[in-house]
Amino acid sequence: MATEMETGGNQSQFEVDLGNLMAFDSHHTFSSSSSSSGSRAELVKECLNKGTELVQAIADSLFSLPSTEDIDGPLVKLPPPTTKLPRQKHLPKPAPPTKWEAFAQKRGIQKRKKDKIVYDEQSGTWKRRFGYDRANDEDAIPIIEAKPTDDPTEDPFAKRREDKKNRVQKNEKNRLQNLKEAAKFGALPSHVQLAARALPITGTQAAPKKFTKDELGNVAGMAATSTASGGKFDRKLAGEKPAQHKGKYRKFLPVVEGTGIGSLEKEQTEKVLNKIMSKNSHDILNVSKAVTMTNVKREKKRKNDKRSTSATDSKLKTQKKSFKKGDVKKGGNKAKGKK
Amino acid sequence: MLEIKTAKTHKGKRELEKRAPKLVEGGKKTLILHGTKTSGVLNAVLTQIYQLKKESAVKYSRKNENIKPFETGGETSLEFFSLKTDCSIFVYGSHSKKRPDNLVFGRTYDHHIYDLVEVGVENFKPMESFNYDKKIAPKEGSKPFIVFIGEGFENVEELKHLKEVLLDLLRGEVVETLNLAGVDRAYVCAAVSPNKVFFSHCALRLKKSGTIVPRMELVEVGPSMDLVIRRHRLPNDGLRKEAMKTTREKPKKKEKNVKKDVLQGKIGNIYVPDQKIGEMALPNKSKGVKRERREAKRKNESGDDHAKKRKEDA
Repeated sequence: MATEMETGGNQSQFEVDLGNLMAFDSHHTFSSSSSSSGSRAELVKECLNKGTELVQAIADSLFSLPSTEDIDGPLVKLPPPTTKLPRQKHLPKPAPPTKWEAFAQKRGIQKRKKDKIVYDEQSGTWKRRFGYDRANDEDAIPIIEAKPTDDPTEDPFAKRREDKKNRVQKNEKNRLQNLKEAAKFGALPSHVQLAARALPITGTQAAPKKFTKDELGNVAGMAATSTASGGKFDRKLAGEKPAQHKGKYRKFLPVVEGTGIGSLEKEQTEKVLNKIMSKNSHDILNVSKAVTMTNVKREKKRKNDKRSTSATDSKLKTQKKSFKKGDVKKGGNKAKGKK
Repeated sequence: MLEIKTAKTHKGKRELEKRAPKLVEGGKKTLILHGTKTSGVLNAVLTQIYQLKKESAVKYSRKNENIKPFETGGETSLEFFSLKTDCSIFVYGSHSKKRPDNLVFGRTYDHHIYDLVEVGVENFKPMESFNYDKKIAPKEGSKPFIVFIGEGFENVEELKHLKEVLLDLLRGEVVETLNLAGVDRAYVCAAVSPNKVFFSHCALRLKKSGTIVPRMELVEVGPSMDLVIRRHRLPNDGLRKEAMKTTREKPKKKEKNVKKDVLQGKIGNIYVPDQKIGEMALPNKSKGVKRERREAKRKNESGDDHAKKRKEDA
């Protein structure tokens, strides 16, 4: 609907833009007397009266549009707005064709639809073409048959992995190249940004690493341990993490013997044994210690001999015994009484 | 070396897609902010403009020292805010001795200033000062009628410019379908003199007229004010031409599950999901239907049996 000139009730003409629900009266003039000398209330009244007329004009054309009934009320399809207003952002720009797209165009290669599911030769089942547990996965082959032309020093599995890595890298490089080209036209996808990566300062030195959010959080946790209580009673900030365990964990050695960690136990026992052996070895005989030891031994022997002679004194012995017995009896009685 | 950065979360990606340039744009968002100093009147004006546009506006409450839209270098921070909030209309209020109660309306294109209009606010009457039946108060976000009165809007260049900016500011979202029951507000702008515009916000009262078209009645609900034109800056022609570009073609929505056949015409696939009887909601949730109760009842019954048996034994 073009800008519509409608004749209102009062012989004046209004411009109505239904898309914006806008009406414009370009013929009305406010007398200078009403705006300056006349009271403001009058002016407002005049404006509102005129406004009512215009609103009525919009309503006239709006309510006469074909409407469909809805639960909430009659719905009307509005024509597009006739008043041109500027856009807020530029029109989306078409992305330039990628290298492959250009090549395919030149060669006349057309896209073909592929099935999502493919027959897997090895397992004899149907599997996904890509992704986890995919069909005909080269990396999952357990045995590669050797050919006479193969180089015996080369690991075919490692080679496969290396090749795959290179292919991924190459694809990533091509993708960046295509995105750069798109960026030149201002047609990058909205969720992609190309950012400059920090370059190493010198040839050998790597670029300073940026700390991730997690790492910074860990640093904060570690700093908390500098208090006497090890940060146990510190007030934690929202989202702060507990300190990472810095101490050693107890390790138990495997019981079963083997190589590596398995042999550690053997080493440990050997170590202990060696210590003891070296203690008893005569190379490091401490003379003074040996002398005192023999002295002490002799002293003990003499004491024992004395005891055996005095053991004949029966009186002392019996006395001791009776005393002990009574004590025991008393304790037993007490226990019984308690019960 | 360049690095490809992509949105890390799906939500972030959606947010970026929302902000990307589109073939057909929705409504513009409005940014409302202050300069170094604002008067009480201006504070009220800005708040009430925000209230009128609440569903599509962002209001900043801090003072901004380095925003001076008309001066070179004074727009940098404004453009940044526009980018940050994804707003393409801004209303900037400032108050100085030279320009008291100063309001700047402006629009941005690609987050760069497109045009500017400066007006002074006079005779401001806030919403609270109007007495009316609150039942007819306009609902938030309803599509307004906009009315411009006076030849000034056609003959005077500044007013013509102001008219366009006001229309852009007030019209809200561009809609295809409109609910006639939801029509409840109107803005009246009248060019009272060559440099003064009377602005008022009214509620609509629809009265029966006997015909299909109801009789319209305007009830002033405020705010109302006079806008006195001060400075303005039009966009340069190149930029205007660029910004006015539109396309005929509409964005196509991918049609799924529909094929076209020469003989049969349109063939559609309809997928009917399984009927989940177990999860179906029963019309009445009576107590007896509940599983716990049923089980409890069963348990009780068995318990009663035992009790009876015992009695018999006794």
